[in-house]
Amino acid sequence: MKISRHFTQEIARVVIGVAAFSTLAVMFWILYQVLREGLPLLHLSFFVDPPREMGRAGGISSTIIGTLALTVVAIVIATPLGVGTAIFLREYTRESRISRVIRFGTDCLAGVPSIIFGLFGFVFFVIFLGMGWSILSGGLTLAAMILPTIICTAEEAIKSIPYSFREVSYGLGGTRWQTIRRVVLPNAFPGILTGVLLGVGRSVGETAAVILTAGSSFLMPDSIFSPIRTMAVHFYILAREGISMEMAYATGAGLIILILIINTVANWLLFRYVHRG
Amino acid sequence: MENQFKIVIRDFEVYYGSAMALKGLNLSIRPRQIFAVLGPARSGKTTLLKSLNRLTDLIFGANHRGQIFIDGQEIYGENVSLPELRRRVGMVFDLPTALPMSIFENIAYGPRLKGIAGRTRLGEIVEASLTAAVLWDEVKDRLHSSALRLSGGQQQRLCIARMLALEPEILMLDEPCSGLDPISTASIERSLMSLKEKYTILLVPHNIQQASRVADRVGFFLGGELIEEGPSEEIFTRPRMKKTEDYISGRFG
Repeated sequence: MKISRHFTQEIARVVIGVAAFSTLAVMFWILYQVLREGLPLLHLSFFVDPPREMGRAGGISSTIIGTLALTVVAIVIATPLGVGTAIFLREYTRESRISRVIRFGTDCLAGVPSIIFGLFGFVFFVIFLGMGWSILSGGLTLAAMILPTIICTAEEAIKSIPYSFREVSYGLGGTRWQTIRRVVLPNAFPGILTGVLLGVGRSVGETAAVILTAGSSFLMPDSIFSPIRTMAVHFYILAREGISMEMAYATGAGLIILILIINTVANWLLFRYVHRG
Repeated sequence: MENQFKIVIRDFEVYYGSAMALKGLNLSIRPRQIFAVLGPARSGKTTLLKSLNRLTDLIFGANHRGQIFIDGQEIYGENVSLPELRRRVGMVFDLPTALPMSIFENIAYGPRLKGIAGRTRLGEIVEASLTAAVLWDEVKDRLHSSALRLSGGQQQRLCIARMLALEPEILMLDEPCSGLDPISTASIERSLMSLKEKYTILLVPHNIQQASRVADRVGFFLGGELIEEGPSEEIFTRPRMKKTEDYISGRFG
């Protein structure tokens, strides 16, 4: 039997349409579920009050601070390392033994489950280096976890810059660093930002590695050596220990709003950057 | 070194890996004239240009043998500063390559790398360079808009202006008119004729007609070899070599 070209065309259209629609449907279903349960509980006081009675009452202020602090530490450590590695791979070496070793290493790192990073962070930062459960231990652990993502996206961004731009810069008397600083990095910035945002998303959402390295204390931290509880961990503990499903949903809704804010700010930054001058 | 020559090339060869791109080249070029580098595709023209400002250094696996002197200084010798050399020997590529920044910043790019920072000084350089490249009148009201919005011909003149902003001694233009309309081509040729009063110019012409219009001397290259070199009226009317004649009369190319 011969199937007409028109028929296969129709089938392809339907299959692809269903795929796209299901993706959207799943996403909206999750959002709807969490927001329906959580939104009614969100008041300003929920964001500015610290948790009370193990989280049964009060707000989530200290967990918001904890989440932000941990993410900032992770990003501040991982971004320069990751972008530096990507520049090294693209601008300072050709395909060589050293670049293959680095790439193999990052590929392996990218596939390691987060709990293994947590275990490593616990053994190395918390115990061996004596940092204890703290923002610093957790941030360093998360930095190691998101490093492969940042290296990979930054390398792709740098790779996509035309060779002719570099040739022009060198041709006008630019040194390698001047060329990187004035041509490569500015043009790679949007791509690098995408990688950093993926890293932010992973840091904000991580639980297992965070519990092992930053602890789960919901007291307000006073330095980067204090233990903290992130919103994702708070959500996990509230739900897992059956403390309060309502508060868990409210925390989940707050987490979603936080991520929306971060993405909006990043998009606005990107827009400003692309349409500058 | 003979003083009447700006550039002296001796037994110069370039390899990409094991492929030879330039073979045993001996050539001397006088100052303040237009030297046309003529030849079909893959004859070593671009390699010759990129050897003169050592942009071949960027190409992985490129190697050279022999010597090139500019004003008597061996450019592959020790203690040669590459940024310094590339400021003296400016280059315009075959495809217009405006950097994704404003017109002003494109021109100011080279001077800024050199450490010139004053706004007024940069403004003067930008105006002078754009005027010399016959682009000033078209863009003077939108210096701070993106250079990518210029037309192809304007972008190529922008590249010429950007090169001139560094006040080089030697200008190298690799098919600067490929892909341009006859009007833009004519305006670029006009600016070349006025630029040769001050500069030594190496031009890879877009076609034989262009070479005969603007060049003082012509070198004909084939397969990485210089077949013959001489004053342009001689090359175009009575070439000594059969291959040159065949190429010029359009039998191959």
